Parts: sequence; C-alpha cells; structure tokens
Amino acid sequence: MTSIILRTATRYMFPPLLVFSVYVLMRGHNYPGGGFVGGLFAGSAFVLHALAYDVASARRLLRLDPRDIATGGLAIALLSGLPGLLDGGAFMHGIWWDLHLPGFELHLGTPMIFDIGVYFAVFGVLLALVFALGEEG
Amino acid sequence: MLVLLTICFAAALLAPLVHRAFPRRAGTLLAAAPLAVFAWLGAALPEVMHGHPRVEAAPWVEGLGLEAAFRLDGLSMLFALLISGIGALVLLYTQGYFKNHPQQGRFLMVITAFMASMLGVVLADHLLLLFIFWELTSFTSYLLIGFNHERAEARQAALQSLLVTVLGGLFLLAGLILLAQVAGTWRLSGILGQGDALREHALYLPILALVCIGAFTKSAQFPFHFWLPNAMQAPTPASAYLHSSTMVKAGVYLLARLHPALGGTEAWSTLLTAVGATTFLAGALLALGQHVLKRLLAYTTVSALGAMVMLLGIGTTDTLKAMAGFILAHAFYKAALFLVAGGITHETGGETSVDQLGGLRRAMPFTFACALLAGLSMGGFPPFFGFVAKENWLHAIGRHPGLVAATMAGGAAYVLVGLSVGLKPFIGRRPEHLHAHEIPWSMRAGPLVLGLGSLALAFACGPAGHALIGPAASAVAGETLPVHLHLWAGFNPCLAISLATLVLGIGCYAARPLFGRAAGRLAPLVRLGPDAAYRGLLATTLRFAGWQTRMLQTGILRDYIRITVLTAVALVGAAFLHAGGIRGEARLSPLSLRIGLVSVLMVLATFTTILAKSRLRSIMSLGVVGYSMALLFTFHGAPDLAMTQLVIETLTVILMALAFHHLPVFKHGSPARMRAIDAAIAIGVGAAVTVLVLAALHVQTPTEVSDYYLDHSQALAHGRNVVNVIIVDFRGLDTLGEITVMAIAAIGAYALLKLRPGKGDTP
Repeated sequence: MTSIILRTATRYMFPPLLVFSVYVLMRGHNYPGGGFVGGLFAGSAFVLHALAYDVASARRLLRLDPRDIATGGLAIALLSGLPGLLDGGAFMHGIWWDLHLPGFELHLGTPMIFDIGVYFAVFGVLLALVFALGEEG
Repeated sequence: MLVLLTICFAAALLAPLVHRAFPRRAGTLLAAAPLAVFAWLGAALPEVMHGHPRVEAAPWVEGLGLEAAFRLDGLSMLFALLISGIGALVLLYTQGYFKNHPQQGRFLMVITAFMASMLGVVLADHLLLLFIFWELTSFTSYLLIGFNHERAEARQAALQSLLVTVLGGLFLLAGLILLAQVAGTWRLSGILGQGDALREHALYLPILALVCIGAFTKSAQFPFHFWLPNAMQAPTPASAYLHSSTMVKAGVYLLARLHPALGGTEAWSTLLTAVGATTFLAGALLALGQHVLKRLLAYTTVSALGAMVMLLGIGTTDTLKAMAGFILAHAFYKAALFLVAGGITHETGGETSVDQLGGLRRAMPFTFACALLAGLSMGGFPPFFGFVAKENWLHAIGRHPGLVAATMAGGAAYVLVGLSVGLKPFIGRRPEHLHAHEIPWSMRAGPLVLGLGSLALAFACGPAGHALIGPAASAVAGETLPVHLHLWAGFNPCLAISLATLVLGIGCYAARPLFGRAAGRLAPLVRLGPDAAYRGLLATTLRFAGWQTRMLQTGILRDYIRITVLTAVALVGAAFLHAGGIRGEARLSPLSLRIGLVSVLMVLATFTTILAKSRLRSIMSLGVVGYSMALLFTFHGAPDLAMTQLVIETLTVILMALAFHHLPVFKHGSPARMRAIDAAIAIGVGAAVTVLVLAALHVQTPTEVSDYYLDHSQALAHGRNVVNVIIVDFRGLDTLGEITVMAIAAIGAYALLKLRPGKGDTP
C-alpha cells in the first residue's frame, strides 16, 4: 500500500494532528475535548503514518513501546490521585493551583494531570493494538 | 496488644529474610516474637486473673464502625498463653524439622502469620476484627496444609479444609452481623452484657444457628469433622500447632466467648451437647481403627474438641470449669504427642504406621521419655494433669449415666491412643529394617517442655486452677468462679470411674489389632460418610460450573452477542413494562425531521452493510452508520461525544481494514435459517431499544444530579465543560477504573494477536 499522495499528505498532516491532540487535551476542561479524544487524535497521527509507510517505521518514529506509554499513562493517572490523599482529603480529591499571570489567570490542578494520564493510556492502548494488527501477515 | 500483633505480623514478613541470613537459627530467632508476647501476657496475668481485663481500642475505619479493639480477659489469657507459648516451641522445632529444607523460610513465614492471626482471634473485642483474624487463620491453615504442594493429596486436603472452614466463615459472618444488629454494637464486651435481651430476641435462633455452623466447621465438629484428619497432610509442626492446640480450638473459643450472650437456653444446650457428644464419641471410635500416628492423634483431637463443645453445652458452672481445665490439659499433651510423632517419622526415615514401629527406646531414649509423659497424661493416668482434668470433668457431669458411659468409652480410646503413640513405638522388638537416631536439640525443647508440663501442672494444679482455669471459666460463665483443683481428691466415685476407664483403656490397647481388623472391614461404610458427601458435592459443583461455562462461553462471537443483547433488552424491557410500558406515564418523544432523515440514512447504511458483496464495502457502510451517530450526538448537544465518535469510527474502519489479512475469503457462511434467526433478534432488539430510548427521552428525569454538576462544575472543579469535569474530577475514580480495564483488555487482545499457536514464539 505505497501511495505517494498518502505519504506526502501524511508528512503534512502528522505534526498538526499531534499539536491538535494536545490542544484538544488542554482545552478539554472548558470546551469539548479532553484526554480521551486527545489520545485518540495523537494515536491517529501514528496510525496514519503506519498506513502510509509501515508499522516498523511508525514504531521507529514513536521510539517508545506503546505498551510502556499505556502503562505510564495509567501510572500518571494513579499518581494524580495522591496529592489529594496527602493533603488530607480522599484519594483523587482535586487540588488546584491558581497562577495569576499578566493578562489572564491559569488554573492548574490534579484533574488536569489525571486527564494527561488518560491521554497517554488511550494513546498507548490504541497504538499497541493497531501496531500488533498491522504487523501480522 | 496492637503492638504485639504488629510485632508478630512483622516477624512473619521478615521470616524468609531471617532464614536467608541465618539458615540454621531462623526458628530460634523468630521464636523471640511469641516469647515477647508470652512475657507480656505473663506480666498482665496478676491483673487479669483478679478480674481486671486489659482493654485497648484505636479507630481503624471509622466510616464502617471498625475499630482495632482488643480485650484480654481470663479466657483470652488462657488461649493467648497457649498460642504464644506453644508457638515459640513449634518455631524452634521447625528449625530442626526442616533442617536444610529450601522452603523453610516460607514455612516459618506462614506459621508465624498464622500465630499472629490466632492471637488476633482471641484478643479481638470487635466482631468484625475477630472475623478478619478468623478468616486469616483459615487462609494460613490452607497454605500450611498444602505446604507440600507437589503432592495431589496435600492440595486436595488443603482445598477441603479451606472450603469447609471458609464456608462456615460465611455463615459466621452472617451470624455476627445479625448479632451486632440486634445488640446495637460491634464490641464483644458490649454484647456480652446484653445476654438477656439477646436470648429473648426473635433473631436469637438464626444467630445461634449461624454462629454454631461457623464454630462447628472450624472446630471440626460432626458432621464437618472430616477435614481435620485429612489436614494431617500438613507438615508435623503445623499439625501440632494448628490442628491440635490452636486453630481448631477457635470454634470452641468463639462459642465459649459468646456463652454469656447466647448460652443457657434450651436450644443452646441441646444443640451443643448433642453435636459435641456425637463428635466426642465418633472421633474416639474412628480413632480406634487407625494405625497412622498422626491420624490416630487427629481423630482424638476431633473427639477432644467434641468434648469441649459438649461440656460447654451442658453449661453448668462445673462443666465450664472442666472445659477450661481440659483445654489446658489437651493443649499440652496433644501438642507434645504430635511433636513426638513428627520426630519419630523424621528420624526413622518416614515411617508413619504404629504397627511398623517398635523397640525405639534404645535409639531414642529422650523422645521415649517425652512421649511417655504426654501419652500417660492423655490417657488420664495419675499423677498427670490429664488425670486432674478428667477427675474434674467426671465430677462436673455428676451422675448422669449416659454422659458417664460416654466419658468412659471416650476415655478408654484416649488411653489406647496415648499408649499407642507414647509407648508402642518404643517397646518390644525393633523391626529389622527400622533404623533411627535421637531427634536434634532444637526438636527436643517442645516435647520436653510440654511433656514435663503435663506432669508439673498436675502438681501445681492449685495455682494453675487459680491463675488460669478459674479466670477462664469465669469469663465463660460471666460470673466469678473460684476453681480449686486437687491432684488427690480422696476416694470418691469419680476416682473409681477414672480408674475403671484406665483399666478399660488398657484392655482396649491390648486388643488393638482387633480394632484394626474391624476398621478394615468397616472401611466401605466410612466411605459413605460426610467426606464422601463433600467429594460428591464438590464434583457436582465443578460439573455444573463446567456445563455452565460451556453453555455461556462457546467461543462463538454470535452467541456472545446474542446472550448479551437479549439479556440487556429483556431486563430493561421488563423494567419498562413493569413501570407501565408506553401506555403508562411514559410517552414517546416526537421525532424532528432532521433526526428522522439521519435515522433513515442509518437504516439504509445498515442494510448495505449486511448485503454488501465485499468486505470493504461492508466496512465503509458501517462507517456511515457511525458517522450518522456522531451527527445525532451533535443534534442533541453532545459535541464531546460527537467528536470522540468521529475519531473512533475512523479508527475502527482502519482497524478492520488492517484485520483483513487475518480473515478468510469473504462469504456469507452461515445457513439461511441462522441468518433468519439473527435478523429476527436484530430487528426485535433494534425496535425495542428504539422504543425505550424514545420513551426515556420523553420522561423528564429528575435533574438534581445534573443540576449539582452544572452548578458546581465551575466553582469546585474550575471547568466549564461539565462532561469533562465529570469524567476527570467528579467521577474520576470511575475513569481510572475504565482506563485500567481498557489497558487490561488491550493486553488480552495483544496476547491473542501475538501468541497464536503455530506462529513461532516471537513475542
């Protein structure tokens, strides 16, 4: 399945897809989006690459084993619950830090970190499956 | 007391490390933990024996009302001293018994953990805490019986004991919960004061029955006695400790503990006396025909436990005292005899049958001495503590002819077993092939202390009665009972009965071969007993499970989908019809034009999918269904869902395209009839779900929850996208569970893809 059109398109599509996935992740708290769909977008970028070239190439591009990424995502999600616990609340009790930057206010919190964990978990799981399927046959 | 238990559990965790660092002295070092407990108990003894229990409580899980509450009174003291004292000796013994055994560390760990759990059972003052420790003893017992896990018999015996005791544990849990509900408190000390109210309560009988089933299974009472002799597959130190002197007495302890709350009624005394007496006699009878050392001892343990329950059931102040005395006597001689039996088997290269043993007195003089001390105490010979206990027992049951006859019969069996283990292996001619040597030092301490203890206690029976037995009996009775024990109580009817029992027992011992032959002939009958019932039940359960699994888990995707879809529709549909169906409150939501158009598109795409002549076309049409679904989400104001649906749909098409490689040539394989059934199910389910959804849309759902989320999303979670806030914050724990499940499912799918048979072994 080598198509010069697809390959060229992929080269232009790949970076925006990744950037867009992070954008979707970060805006998720206030607008449609979030870790789940963000992870899917990021995964799609690599799936596209795997389709246009091959799975081995996509794996090289990714460098990390997708299974490790999924595990890492789970770990991040799990660890994001600890600050609340240490702060005296329940596990996963949200902790927020308000940053007053010139011009606007930024709210950072453990739920954001949790969402980042979801992002990586979805990303890793998707790629682990797609790569495994693609390497068959 | 919490500190003591922590020390013991910590010792259990450290045991493998200790064994690795000091392979030859691990048992000695670990024995420090029970010795510390023993010393602490000794220091607390003067206070406790004068009726001032030690109490401590710390909050644990306050939301559940769970406290780490402990209470040390006379009864707990007696048990805790036995557990920690014998525990220390058994740990020491283990060191010699498992010398150079690679798994010694594991054994030490489990048996120390058991010891800590057992201490927890007798010290706990909170019903749930007691139950937790109770289950821990069942669990550690399972690990100990199955210690030689390469042997199938050991595994079966371990499983049997686990199933029986844990099943009983479930009944016990139900009983304890009822008990706490009725009493209004989980604290034992609080419950014991409400005896009168409890006995009057309508739930008294259920509580009694449930608690008794729990206690009877644990303490191997008839008809649950069968697991205990089978549990002799455990290494001897475990048998000596768990299955004679401590764990199996947990049931007796529990019943004794609850005696002030539940005891004294007609039901109590009938149930306990009947079951206890049956067990007492059945155990003694079954023991007569045994020839394997440990099984001989096991059946008399069953019998002794029956005796304790029986004495508890009779429930007069005298029988309670007799029970406490018998517990002490039994723990000493039975543990000593088990340790001796283990020593004999250990040093003769694995000989277990009494009939094959003889003439070991020269080779094992020390063992002989200890064995004789314990064996005579078991038989109830003067001047041993077993004799004192039996005198006390006879005195307590008074002139009741049935009980006296039962005691004599049982007592004769004890004489037989005591002599068979304590005397028979050492006298007579030594068989040619039998070579033996004396047990090592570490294994001597246990039999020596316990054997000599059986003798010493008899001479110190006055103080022992005052310090241990009296307070224990008082705790059981719920009132202060003074205990005066005498080694020599003068000439009285009890002495005459006791001596007659001895004569009868010696006669039985002489006629031992006869019993063996009789047992051999009756063996087919025993096979019809509860053990067979257990096996039958287990086999039936497994067959049922197998049948059910084959029915539900066919491995055919079509069947899974059918079962899942039909079950879901049936359940939801039933609830819907129960609530009045479409004619009731619920009306169908009207359809707007655009939604109707999209729906028609979806139905058309579905038919294309089914009727497509090629796989690619089929998948593309399926994609149309998915995209239309995303469109519906957008119409209903769910952009998050729509976006996710779009990406998922795209990826699904790609995944399916990738999966092409692995699929056979495309064809409609199933016969027309099957397809007709599938179509009927699909159309039926589709119609049902459509009606349900439209009806659900029309119903104004209570909005409290939605309003809460809408109102608090910004304030509490700093987010305006409520969907996302719910996912990552309000219901974050659910999401955590979901992504975990997702990862596990991915691992499963990955394994299926990568590890297919015949595909080489590249991971």
